[in-house]
Amino acid sequence: MVTSQPVLLEAVGVPDGHSLQSYRSRGGYAPLERILKEKQPVDVIDLVKASGLRGRGGAGFPTGLKWTFLPKDHPGPIYLCINADESEPGTFNNRILMEDDPHQVIEGIILSAYATRATTAYLYLRYEYPQSWDRLQAAIDEAYAAGLLGKNILGGSFSLDLYLHRGAAAYICGEETGLIESLEGKRAWPRIKPPFPAIEGLFRKPTVVNNIETMACVAQIARRGVDWFRSIGVPADPNNPRDPGSYGPKLYCLSGHVERPGCYEAPLGITARQLIEGQGGGVWKGRKAKAVIPGGISMGLLTEAELDTPLDFAGPGKVGCLGLGTAAVVVIDDTVSIVDFLHNSCRFFAHESCGQCTPCREGTAWSLRMLERIRAGKGRLKDLELLAEIGNTMGMMPGSTICGLADGAAWPIKNAIKKFRGEFEDYIKHSNPNGWMVTDAVRALPVINGH
Amino acid sequence: MPTVIVDGKEIEIGAQERLNCIEAARLAGVEIPHYCWHPGLSVVASCRMCLVETGSRDPATGKVTMVPKLVPGCQTPARDGTVIVTDSQLVKDSRARVEEALLIDHPIDCSICDKAGECLLQDYHFEHGQPERRADINPFHSQRRDVGPTVTLFVDRCIMCTRCVRFTREVSGTSELMVANRGAKEEIDVFPGFPLDNKLSGNVVDLCPVGALGDKDFLYQQRVWFLKREANVCGGCSAGCSIVTEHNQDTVYRLKPRENPHVNKWWICDDGRYGWHHLHDPSRLLAAGRLVSSAAERETVEWPAVVTRIRDDLKSAGRLAVAVSPMLTLEEAWMLCAVARSIDPRAYLAVGHVPTSGTDQSFPGGFTIRAEKCPNRIGVEAIVGLFETDLHRWHNFLDHIRQGQADAAWVTAAYPGSWIDDSTAEPFGKLRSLVVQDLFESPLSRLATWQLPATGFAERTGTWVNVAHRAQTFAAAVRAPAGVWPEGRLLWNMLGRRGLYDPAAVRRQIAESAVSLAVLAGDVPPNGVDLRVNQIASA
Repeated sequence: MVTSQPVLLEAVGVPDGHSLQSYRSRGGYAPLERILKEKQPVDVIDLVKASGLRGRGGAGFPTGLKWTFLPKDHPGPIYLCINADESEPGTFNNRILMEDDPHQVIEGIILSAYATRATTAYLYLRYEYPQSWDRLQAAIDEAYAAGLLGKNILGGSFSLDLYLHRGAAAYICGEETGLIESLEGKRAWPRIKPPFPAIEGLFRKPTVVNNIETMACVAQIARRGVDWFRSIGVPADPNNPRDPGSYGPKLYCLSGHVERPGCYEAPLGITARQLIEGQGGGVWKGRKAKAVIPGGISMGLLTEAELDTPLDFAGPGKVGCLGLGTAAVVVIDDTVSIVDFLHNSCRFFAHESCGQCTPCREGTAWSLRMLERIRAGKGRLKDLELLAEIGNTMGMMPGSTICGLADGAAWPIKNAIKKFRGEFEDYIKHSNPNGWMVTDAVRALPVINGH
Repeated sequence: MPTVIVDGKEIEIGAQERLNCIEAARLAGVEIPHYCWHPGLSVVASCRMCLVETGSRDPATGKVTMVPKLVPGCQTPARDGTVIVTDSQLVKDSRARVEEALLIDHPIDCSICDKAGECLLQDYHFEHGQPERRADINPFHSQRRDVGPTVTLFVDRCIMCTRCVRFTREVSGTSELMVANRGAKEEIDVFPGFPLDNKLSGNVVDLCPVGALGDKDFLYQQRVWFLKREANVCGGCSAGCSIVTEHNQDTVYRLKPRENPHVNKWWICDDGRYGWHHLHDPSRLLAAGRLVSSAAERETVEWPAVVTRIRDDLKSAGRLAVAVSPMLTLEEAWMLCAVARSIDPRAYLAVGHVPTSGTDQSFPGGFTIRAEKCPNRIGVEAIVGLFETDLHRWHNFLDHIRQGQADAAWVTAAYPGSWIDDSTAEPFGKLRSLVVQDLFESPLSRLATWQLPATGFAERTGTWVNVAHRAQTFAAAVRAPAGVWPEGRLLWNMLGRRGLYDPAAVRRQIAESAVSLAVLAGDVPPNGVDLRVNQIASA
C-alpha cells in the first residue's frame, strides 16, 4: 500500500482538531507569523512557484504562476476568491478540510492573500455543506479574535477580511468566472475570456480564484518547506517541456463500489489500482471493477485494463481521460451497466448546464434524450454515432463553448462510447430488435428521468 | 494601414478602427452568421454561430500561425495580420451543428409565425443547416405569454441569444426581461408583476432574430414578404429618428428603426413606432372644402380650382398672415413662404404651433425621446428666417391675429392629435378669409373659409432638420389618401411651377438662397448631414 504521513489530514481524528488551539499545537500559524514578519509578498509567490504546487480544483494550473498574472503595481483592490463550491460528483475532499481543519485552510488563505496583495477574500461555499459553514464561521471568528484576520494582522501592516458566501446549489458556480458572477449577485453564467480574472475578475478588479485544497497545500508548504513538498509526487517529465510535474500530497476521494470508501491522502502519482486495492480494500463483495472514474464524473472513464494509470496531473490524459480533475475516484463494479452510468452522467450535465452556449445547452439535453430513449428500448446504432459526435464537438477544447462544463459533459460520453462500444451495441440490439438499424429521425419520448 | 486576411482576401481597416471578426469580414464582403452579437449590445459570445478559424500572420516572415480551435468571431478582435477563415469544413460543420442544435427544441411553426421571411434561424438554416433532421422529432406545441403591453413571447421559438435581456439592461435601463431556469429548460421571462413596459420596449422585437418576441401591434397583420420598405424619418418628435416605413398597397403596417449612428443608432421609441395609426384614421380630412358664403356649409372644390381660388380669396381679403407648421418639410415651408409673399408682398410669416409634451426623456443607452413633438422646428425657423428679419413664433402670430393686424390667415397644421382649443381659435373668426390645412377637424378648421386636408409623415417627401441640426431627406412611403393633394403639390402649383412637384429642385433653390443651408444643394446621404458643420466652415 502506497501511503504517506497524513499532512493535509493530520487533524482528522484529533479531538477538537478544528479549533484554533489544536491547530496551533500542531505548529499552525507559526509560519504565517514568521512570513509576515520576515518575508515580502513576492517571496511567498516564489516559495509557491518553487514548490511546483498545481491548483487542486481540477485544471491543475500552477498556482504560483497564476498569481504572477496579476497586474504589477495595481492600485487595488485585488480580490482573492476561494472556490469551495465542491459540486463535482464524487468529490468531498474540500469538505473534509473545511470541517476537520478549517484553520489550515484559513492560514493558507491569509498567506495567499499576502502573496497576491489582496485585502479582501471571499470563500464561496457550496450550499449543501452546512457543517462546513458552521466550522468555517467559527474558525473565522476565532481567527478575528486572535488577530489573525482583520486590520493589521499579528500587529503587522497587512490586513485581510475574509467573508463566507454560500452559493445556491449550482454546479456552474464552481467555474471560476461563474463563481465571480454569482458572487456579484448575478446569474452564474461564465464570462468570456479574455480578460482572465487575474486582469478583470470580481467587480471588474484583478482576482485570483483558488481551491480549498490548494490553500491547505500553501499552508503546509509554508510550514514544511519546498523540499518536503517536492519530495512527494511525480517529477516533471524531462522529455515534455510542458509538463510541470505533479508534486505534493493529494486528497483522493474514493467512493463507489469499494470496501472502504473515503478521503485518503496519498502522494500524487499513486495508481488507481493501488488506491483501490490498498486504501480502498479492493472492489466490494469480491467483484471486479468494470470501470473507474479517475477524478470526478467529468474526467471520463478508465477501464479495468487501464487501472495502472498513475493518478497524477498527466496520467489520466494519456489514456483518453480529460485529466486528474478533483481526484474523485469512483469505482464501478462489473454488475453495473455502462448505459446506466452514461444516462446518469448525461442527466447530471443536462441539469447543470447553465444554458448560455448553444452547443452545451442543446447537446447535453439531446444526449440525455437519446439515452432516455436507449434505456426505454428504442435505441438505434445511429444514436451512438450522434452521441460520439456530440462528445467530440462540444466543449471549450474544440472551441464551441465558453467554459469547461461542456468538456466535462463530453468526456464521459466520448469515453463510454469509445471504451464500451460493444456493450452499448449489445444493449441496443437486444432491447430494440426491430428498430436498432433505423437511421431516420424518430419521435421523441418524454424525458421522465430528468430532474 | 492594418491589413486583415479574410478567406485569403486582404482588406485594409482603419488604423483606429476597433473591429471584431464579424465586422472585418463584412468589409471583405463575407457574412459571418451570428445571433447573439449585436453592435449596440455587449458581447456574450454564447450562440456560437459565428465560430471561425483565426490566426495571425507574422509581419516579418509572412508565416501564418492558426489558433488550434474555433473562436467566436464576435469576441475576437481583428488586428493587423489577423487571418480569418470562414469557409473551411471545420467552420461549416460547426455552423451546421449549431443550427441543428437550435432546431432541436424549436417548434418549426414557420407557417404561423410572423417572423417567417425575415427570420435568421430560417435564413441560416437554408444557408448553413443540416440537410435533414437527425434529432428526435418533438410533437408540436406552442406556448405563448404576454410579457408586456406591447410585446408577446412565444416561449418555445426562442433560441436564447439574450439580446432582448441585454437591451433592457443596457439600453432602456429597465431590466424587465431575464433568463429563468437553466440548461435546455431556459426561458426568457419577466418577474411577476413587473411587465416589459417602457418607452423602448418595441425594440426587443426588432432585436429578436427569431419569432419569439412578437409585436402585438403587428401580430398576424401582414406577411413580411408582402411589405415594401421605404426609408423615412419619424415625425413623432424633434429627435428625427431614421426609420423604415413598411407598407403594402398604401397601408402602413409597421415602422422599424433604420440604423443611423448620428441620430438613433439602432433604436426608436414606442411613441414613434406605434405613432402611425392616425394616417389611416377614418376621420381624416380628405377633400378641400370652401365655406359657402350663404350658409355654414362647405362645398368641395376640385384641386385645380383650389390653386387659383385660394389665391384670389386671400388677395382680395387684404393683409395676410401665415403660420408655417413645424410638421412641414423644408421645401414645403419654403414654397409656402414664397406663395404667401407672392400673394401679399408684406405677408406676416411665423413658425406655427410647436407641440410639446413633458420633458426630454433619456435612457442609459444614450437614446432620448424629445419633449418637442414635431420633427422640423429648426428647419422651419431657418426657412422663415430667410423671409423675415424677426423670427415670429406661434404666440406672436396669435397676438398678430388678436390685434387685428391681419385680414386673412393661412394656418398649416398637420398635427396628429388635437392641438388648439376654442378660445385660442376664437379670434380667427373675425378674419375675412382663413385657410386651415390639417389632418383632422379642429376648433380652428371649423372657423375656416378654406378647410384643406394635410398629409401625414409617411406621405411627405422632403427634408426635416432635427433637434441636433441634422437634415435628413426622405421620400413618401405611401400615397396620401385619394383626393388629397399633399402640401408640396398644392404649393408647387400655386407657385405656377410646371410638371410634377420636385422637392430636389426646391431644395437646390433653398441651398442657393442661404449659406447655412448650402450643403443641401447636393444629394443628402442616407444618414443626413449636420447643417452646423457647414456654418462652421463658412464662418
